[in-house]
Amino acid sequence: MQIRVNGVDHSIDAPPMSRLLDVLREDLRLTGVKEGCGEGECGACSVLIDGELVNSCLVPVLQVEGASITTIEGVANGDKLNAVQQAFLEYGGAQCGICTPGMILAAMTLLDQYPNPSLEQIKEGLAGNLCRCTGYMRIFEAVMQAVQE
Amino acid sequence: MIYGATVRNPARRGKIRSISFDPGVPWDEFTIVTAKDIPGKNYVALILNDQPFLADEITAHGEEAVVLLAHPDRYLVEKARTLVRIEVEPLPCVDSLEDSLAKTQVIWGDDNIFKSYLMNKGDVDQAFAAADLIVEGEYETGAQEQLYIENNGMIAVANPEEGVTVWGSMQCPYYVHKALIPLFNLPPEKIRIIQMETGGGFGGKEEYPSMIAGHAALLAWKSGKPVKLIYDRAEDMIATTKRHPSRTRHRTGVTHDGKLVAMEIEFDIDGGAYATLSAVVLSRGTIHAAGPYSCPNVRIRSRAFATTYPPHGAFRGFGAPQSIFALERQMNKVAAALNLSPEEFRRRNFLHEGQSTATGQVIREKVDLEDLLFRTLELSHFHHHRETFDRANPGSPLKRGIGFATFMHGAGFTGSGEVALSSVVTVEATIEGTVRILAASTEIGQGTNTIFSQIAADALQIDYSLIELAQPDTSTVPNSGPTVASRTVMVVGKLVEAACIGLKQILISSGLLAQTYTSEEFAEAAAEYVENIGPLRASGEYQPPPNVFWNDETYQGDAYGAYAWAVYVAMVTVDPITYEVRIDDFVAMQEIGKVIHPVLAMGQIEGGVAQAIGFALYERVAWKNGRMANGQMTNYIMPTSADLPPIRVFFAENPYAYGPSGAKGIGELPMDGVAPAILNAIEHATGVAFNQIPLVPELVMESLLPRNRHA
Amino acid sequence: MLAEGYRPLAGGTDVMVLFEAGKLVHKKWISIREIPELRYIDVSPEHVILGALTTYTDVRRSEILSKEFPLLLQAAAQTGGIATQNRGTIGGNIANASPAADTPPALLVYDAEVELVSQKTSRWLPYTQFHKAYKVMDLASDELLTSIRLPRRFENWQHFYRKVGTRRAQAISKVCFAGIRQGDQIRVALGSVAPIPIFLESPDLSSITPIDDIRSTANYRLQVAKNLMAEFLSY
Repeated sequence: MQIRVNGVDHSIDAPPMSRLLDVLREDLRLTGVKEGCGEGECGACSVLIDGELVNSCLVPVLQVEGASITTIEGVANGDKLNAVQQAFLEYGGAQCGICTPGMILAAMTLLDQYPNPSLEQIKEGLAGNLCRCTGYMRIFEAVMQAVQE
Repeated sequence: MIYGATVRNPARRGKIRSISFDPGVPWDEFTIVTAKDIPGKNYVALILNDQPFLADEITAHGEEAVVLLAHPDRYLVEKARTLVRIEVEPLPCVDSLEDSLAKTQVIWGDDNIFKSYLMNKGDVDQAFAAADLIVEGEYETGAQEQLYIENNGMIAVANPEEGVTVWGSMQCPYYVHKALIPLFNLPPEKIRIIQMETGGGFGGKEEYPSMIAGHAALLAWKSGKPVKLIYDRAEDMIATTKRHPSRTRHRTGVTHDGKLVAMEIEFDIDGGAYATLSAVVLSRGTIHAAGPYSCPNVRIRSRAFATTYPPHGAFRGFGAPQSIFALERQMNKVAAALNLSPEEFRRRNFLHEGQSTATGQVIREKVDLEDLLFRTLELSHFHHHRETFDRANPGSPLKRGIGFATFMHGAGFTGSGEVALSSVVTVEATIEGTVRILAASTEIGQGTNTIFSQIAADALQIDYSLIELAQPDTSTVPNSGPTVASRTVMVVGKLVEAACIGLKQILISSGLLAQTYTSEEFAEAAAEYVENIGPLRASGEYQPPPNVFWNDETYQGDAYGAYAWAVYVAMVTVDPITYEVRIDDFVAMQEIGKVIHPVLAMGQIEGGVAQAIGFALYERVAWKNGRMANGQMTNYIMPTSADLPPIRVFFAENPYAYGPSGAKGIGELPMDGVAPAILNAIEHATGVAFNQIPLVPELVMESLLPRNRHA
Repeated sequence: MLAEGYRPLAGGTDVMVLFEAGKLVHKKWISIREIPELRYIDVSPEHVILGALTTYTDVRRSEILSKEFPLLLQAAAQTGGIATQNRGTIGGNIANASPAADTPPALLVYDAEVELVSQKTSRWLPYTQFHKAYKVMDLASDELLTSIRLPRRFENWQHFYRKVGTRRAQAISKVCFAGIRQGDQIRVALGSVAPIPIFLESPDLSSITPIDDIRSTANYRLQVAKNLMAEFLSY
């Protein structure tokens, strides 16, 4: 089957109920997508499918035939980080970094919907991405700073 | 590469009668390891060496590792796991503190006690006899799962000729190194441990990695192939260590004018089935149990006891969150009994410079807890809110409250621990003119790499971009001690500083570098030295601060080189319909010596407060049949971004002479004061004293329902 | 294909969790997620009809639902997180029949009907009759739930919804309460207090049977249900 990941078309040969998470990590070596729980609770596996945030551990690969997927590897423009990534760096949005790929994608999709979000909207938009290190405060700060850019 | 999996005891404590392999997978293709396959000794070298890598004849707890499997097909391994049948003939279990201490069944040693301490200061019995008022209280804390978002995992290669190499997620490569030496009966230089990018630790990857590393290596040894052993979330939650549950009993004697004259504390922690680090958790909890108060007579009797559960282990705070929870609840109780406000009672008893702690340690720094308290109460508008709530609560279904905790946390290993560790850091110049730091301290999200680079750049007075960090690999870095106990900046950072100063001296003495120089000149000189003279290297070795005395027998003396001091305030609303507690505001004020990196320091406090809010209100481990029953992220509840209050962090500075640039350790501090501040606030809101955490809504309800109030 | 023993897979947010835990017993699945004819929100003078594959995000973005069936939006907004809402479907939620599902109580108070279609038959069933016992539904093995029909007669009622979960977001509910009211008439439904969602037309809670489980206790659920009822009635 054909899927487009980060703008590149790929031919995938995997069992149809394979998790998109595994196809991305193992078949395509995109290890920026992380497995934290395998239950759709932690959001570390978040990717964008046709611009929408999903937990890739819960998506059977057969359901993304023909779809366009964005992982964290597809966010920066070569060496140029996007505003959210840059803000995470400057404002301490990442500590150990394991939740960060999913968190950044969640923040990006939030800002697509609400270009100038309130703190409540940020909290709600990121509620599906668990972080054990930061207590979320620096992440909220980073998102608000990214809005300024 | 082949994939490993662990088959665990399906029963509880018992005798392993048989291990059989049901049909359904091609067993001849599998690597199978049991205790019989262990080349060396079957124990995880730590403190008491009582825990086996694989259960042999006896299994001491549910989910104990018994059989290891490996196969090239990862999915087949998962299927194979379900086909291994372990028959266990049950032995009696011990499920509770009462049973353990009563020795209804002895499951460990002679008396189920891993370790006990008795600390004495002055004469409590006499002091109680003379006290005007005595107040008693009992407090409990539950187990807590570290819940790093990256599960435990290791990759190993192993064979008798070349030795053992393990790559993985861990906090302490040298702990793993030490544990694999007797397992394989190999000399130290044949064991190589390499820390990879680690997605959070919090203590959960302090000692447990030795177990999973040993398992991966055993499979690699037997199969002759590289083995990857990664836990999924369920296995990680159910089989690895958790925070020690605790029970603390307080008996406090005071004078009418609110001075502490006697404190008697019984502090007991549940260690699970094996000793692991219980002795040290107990030690820290014991030393912190009497807090930042001046009391002339203190007796603390503490025990770590055995039960038939998977062993408990290190988790940020390491005993102190447990004993400090009890203390700060007790202090409010005593204050109320005296008709004093909680802040006034504490003011009358805070430690000052020149006074001594419960271990007899004389405070030799300018600590001003009264000022810290005053400032924090201002920042949180404490008095205003307290008055407002006092007025409004009686007529409102919504109950609001505000409460605080005052506490201290000692950084580094206790007493002579740092001397025993004798940590080393080496720095070396490279041919490119950069400086590489070789330390065993791991980056686990807390900022080790950033801070070490900062300290080095500062000490060498060169650009930050010239600093590199070697990957923590036991074949190349010296033993800087474990990444625990809030010691990485304060203790190891100081060694980085010392090593850099040494390197600079060598370079200057060689004539290649002037006394003052630019970054470029340094790089040129260093490169030239390496090219023409030879390796340019210097080390820092741990030196204890002068005049630090500690007696391991009596547990008296200078327990820690430095304490950080803190005041935390929580403002809460208790929902009358659902009994949920919502935290509306949280203020965290701490004096931590010197703030080296403001963003990282804030991040540590905010993250610690969030984790401690989980400890206080959400993170309940449900135990059933001797194991964790809610081992999924769906059912073990950690706070999301929607659950947390604004966490407002403030720092005070009071440089510590023996920390780099004056810094004290801070990683664990935030874990200590959150739960008691919240429960003090809840008591203010509801008028009901809650003394058990996690305080889930079901428990709040039980005490708030009118019928229960009258009972 | 349903007649051949295949079961329909929609958003996957329930099925895949079981699959990964190794607890998925059924082996033959057919993905219906790509059938565009099942994902829509249609408005007629008498009804709003949702296709079974309407996602929670679709519900949250619907103006007509926001105006006339606000409890559906509240339920959708509190189901999992954004990622779950983007994939999970109303039809999937109904057919998965978890006693703790958040949308069914809202559908019950809104007098929903469900359309069940097989190769040869097609019928509408009042949703109050759909759930019979724990994970037992009036749904033949060769029937597919294709749409949900809501009568447009509740706009001027007072709407009340509260989900009590283990935390504020991304939580399975411990008690779920939906209630609408006009004058003396009330329509109430509760989730997580019985093997199936319970519909009531009076404040009498004696038919609920809450249990102790891994998330909460029977006592807590019962008391909170009573508190929510009292709160609703005092609105």
